[in-house]
Amino acid sequence: MNNMRHIISILMENESGALSRVAGLFSARGYNIESLTVAPTEDPSLSRMTLVTNGTDDIVEQITKQLNKLIDVVKLLDLTEGPHIEREMMLIKVKATGEAREEIKRLADIFRGHIIDVTGTSYVIELTGTGEKIDGFIQSLDGKSIMEVVRSGVSGIARGAKSLKV
Amino acid sequence: MVLELTGAEILMSALKDEGVEYVFGYPGGAVLHIYDALYKQEDVKHILVRHEQGATHAADGYARSTGRPGVVLVTSGPGATNAVTGIATAYMDSIPMVIITGQVHTWAIGSDAFQEVDSVGITRPCVKHNFLVKDVKDLATTIKKAFYIATTGRPGPVVVDVPKDVTANKAEYAYPKKVALRSYKPVVEGHPGQIKKAVELILAAKRPMIYSGGGVILGEASKSLTEFVRLLGYPITQTLMGLGAYPATDKQSLGMLGMHGTYESNMAMHECDMLLAIGARFDDRVVGKAELFSPGSKKIHVDIDPSSISKSVRVDVPIVGSVGNVLDEMIKLIKAARKQPDKAALAAWWKQIDQWRAKDCLRYDHKSKLIKPQFVLEKLYQHTKGEAFVTSDVGQHQMWAAQFYKFDKPRRWINSGGLGTMGFGLPAAMGVQLAHPKSTVACVTGEASIMMCIQELSTCKQYGLPLKIINLNNRYMGMVRQWQEFFYKGRYSHSYMDALPDFVKLAESFGHVGMKIEKPGDVEPALKEALKLKDRLVFMDFITDQTENVYPMIQAGKGHHEMHLSPERELA
Repeated sequence: MNNMRHIISILMENESGALSRVAGLFSARGYNIESLTVAPTEDPSLSRMTLVTNGTDDIVEQITKQLNKLIDVVKLLDLTEGPHIEREMMLIKVKATGEAREEIKRLADIFRGHIIDVTGTSYVIELTGTGEKIDGFIQSLDGKSIMEVVRSGVSGIARGAKSLKV
Repeated sequence: MVLELTGAEILMSALKDEGVEYVFGYPGGAVLHIYDALYKQEDVKHILVRHEQGATHAADGYARSTGRPGVVLVTSGPGATNAVTGIATAYMDSIPMVIITGQVHTWAIGSDAFQEVDSVGITRPCVKHNFLVKDVKDLATTIKKAFYIATTGRPGPVVVDVPKDVTANKAEYAYPKKVALRSYKPVVEGHPGQIKKAVELILAAKRPMIYSGGGVILGEASKSLTEFVRLLGYPITQTLMGLGAYPATDKQSLGMLGMHGTYESNMAMHECDMLLAIGARFDDRVVGKAELFSPGSKKIHVDIDPSSISKSVRVDVPIVGSVGNVLDEMIKLIKAARKQPDKAALAAWWKQIDQWRAKDCLRYDHKSKLIKPQFVLEKLYQHTKGEAFVTSDVGQHQMWAAQFYKFDKPRRWINSGGLGTMGFGLPAAMGVQLAHPKSTVACVTGEASIMMCIQELSTCKQYGLPLKIINLNNRYMGMVRQWQEFFYKGRYSHSYMDALPDFVKLAESFGHVGMKIEKPGDVEPALKEALKLKDRLVFMDFITDQTENVYPMIQAGKGHHEMHLSPERELA
């Protein structure tokens, strides 16, 4: 059976230690975590976590069952089971001197990035998109000009009117 | 003005309101306020153990033998870490327990304070859930939640970590009658469509097999299971954890299955065309090699925990629900069904099973001049009329006890199945004896296991617990030795128990009765004498045949049809 990439959205109690329960489960049972993001929702008692993992169907079935078994997990959804949107945000600091200054600005425009910090020798660019788009932007830059890369990890939401809510 | 209580008083009141009879514990700095509150009340009785591992196993034995949650109270740091083995033991076997661990003051948490350890972090992978109570106002509700989580759904241990200042601070006390957690709603009723599908498969079977586990005992579904199995007339095998849920002496019972299960059970598992698993989890010691497991059967799995289903073996009809409810629904459908089991096919199947049975796979040498451990257990069974509570440690003696003591009732067989914790038997027996003061409680152990929690002999003296300790002393870690004999060409690396104590004197030094039994002819008189000593703990040191192995045996990674009987019999 093939390893498939899955994006699992989890609503959980916004309690201290909730994140470590999820992280601990993955390390204890040998599951992969590609990325993991977490923040409170509009209801401050709930956190929303987006977890990207990969595994065979059997493993992913166990992952969702084991996550559901955690007492703090209220609800979860495997976004990859239906149409969905995924986004990642990157902050990237690049050297911007001489001719490269204009070139980088043009590239950022093409990728619909924003330059949000400017010095005489550097830019910080904010870029949002799928992981592929972000990879694409990084590859299009001259590797030597990259000073620092910060990626948020994937956030995801299902398309359509259905929502993951309590 | 409303009366305010300290956290320690709230804790004691909550335990009382929860109906807790015994707390097993050991005091220390972080729990001194709690012990002071304990001192000032009489409703909850405290049992002082000699090591925190003993406290958790004792509470565990209490829980397994009664169905009520076991309660533990230990201090921070080493108190909590010593309790971890017992917590993990309970977790693996889904035993309801609430463990209260002391913690350093909230303001000292994270400062590497004296006797500080991250108890919530350390216990996280081996609890059903755990809590750190940071505010005394949350204490009563948290205790309620802990009991609720521990005892519902698939049960398990819950740790409540309570910092010392929380036990000193004051709050109003009101113990909630109920708690509801939006994130925790165990499914109890099985899906009707799935149950219907399962019943169709069950009734259509020509070579049916029922395989039940500890979930039947945890779910108090022994009566339903017995009715169900008798209604169908099908064979049943039980896991190590499930023994007693269906009467072992009944003719439909094929005994235990798995690595050291009976020949008839394992062969029937392998050859059946319909396998119904009830409250069992397809553990690796049961399944062997998954690819070879029961290859020709349609599989139905009833379990309260969805994550148990299709974890190691894919099943055709999964049913999530409490086993009792699901069995009762199945009984109704079977009684109402037009189609009934195929009598001719079933008779042929039983004929086949009886042929397997005729191998008498548990037979052993009765003429030996040395004491055979199986003989001791057979006699223990006879002289206690099968009515004793039997705890065990881990190893050969555990398997022999499971094979030779025929449990007809649930909650009589108390052993560490999942984690396989040596040292479990003696403290677990203490909890059982406290819960059943008038019953015979036997601890079947070996000279290696018993040494792991031997200090609890002192607790037994303090509380007058008249346990009967059956020490099957072969001067080896028997199961390790057996594997070394089979798989390491007899290189007995560190499995010999050198420098053993004189167990008779050891027992006597703790104030108990000690006996040493060296000849087969002395086994029965000794047992009779020990069982007559109703108010004394008797430590019976049986010097047994060193070379005896547990048979039958399926090697790890082999199929059920590849069993070994004893060497002499395979040659014959």
